[in-house]
Amino acid sequence: MDKLRRMLLKGTGASGALAAALAAGVLKPGQVFAADWNKAAFDAKDIDGALKGAGVSGAADSKDVTIKAPDIAENGAVVPIEVASNVPKTQQIMVFIEKNPTPLAASFDLQNGTEPSVSLRVKMGQTSNIKVVAKADGKFYTTAKEVKVTIGGCGG
Amino acid sequence: MADPMKIRATVQGDVAEIRVLVNHAMETGQRKDAKTGELVPAHFIQSLVAKLGDKTVLDAQIGPSVSRNPVFGFKVKGAKAGEKVVITWKDNKGDTRTDEATISAG
Repeated sequence: MDKLRRMLLKGTGASGALAAALAAGVLKPGQVFAADWNKAAFDAKDIDGALKGAGVSGAADSKDVTIKAPDIAENGAVVPIEVASNVPKTQQIMVFIEKNPTPLAASFDLQNGTEPSVSLRVKMGQTSNIKVVAKADGKFYTTAKEVKVTIGGCGG
Repeated sequence: MADPMKIRATVQGDVAEIRVLVNHAMETGQRKDAKTGELVPAHFIQSLVAKLGDKTVLDAQIGPSVSRNPVFGFKVKGAKAGEKVVITWKDNKGDTRTDEATISAG
């Protein structure tokens, strides 16, 4: 703890150190919500920014990451998808809708025996790739699937 | 206060399948009100945490691209019938709600 305090006092690189400490679970803000909402990733307006915000780099295409989604979604407001990873030690699954105004839809941290398979429903503003990134053992694995949307779900 | 969640949890073998339906508008902040033409302010769930007993099993961060009245399904290995599933969400306005269900044999 003392070391951490020194780093914080030093100022330079303090925020990085703090983020690392948060990620490592040394500091826990609040009792229930372990991690702060990743504003940088969720506010990003394009897929590259969202990936960067989420800390994804060097993601390798992998057949072990799967997306079950309709080929054509009649209603973009509710697109049911199921994402899964067969990569051993998958600890996190992220879902991006590439052409949505804010591409990152959700990020799931899997703990204490939760299997790397999550279903959810997403909005899609237009025909787009759904990109899923799985994090396993510090590495990123990804796959994508195009869903055609006939009526968008993000407009007014 | 927000409406209660619907949580369904059944176990088969040693894997519990948990589905939760959350009642929430999930406004993106980009939709215009049909009558006034003004933007409807963003109002969406940002975090959802599921616990089995006192262990966190799923810690999700969520953005406005998730549909209105979101449904999440996930599977937890090593769960037993009779254990409690406790789910808590929090939205961008600071509203929060916690509901629980007991795992039943499938």
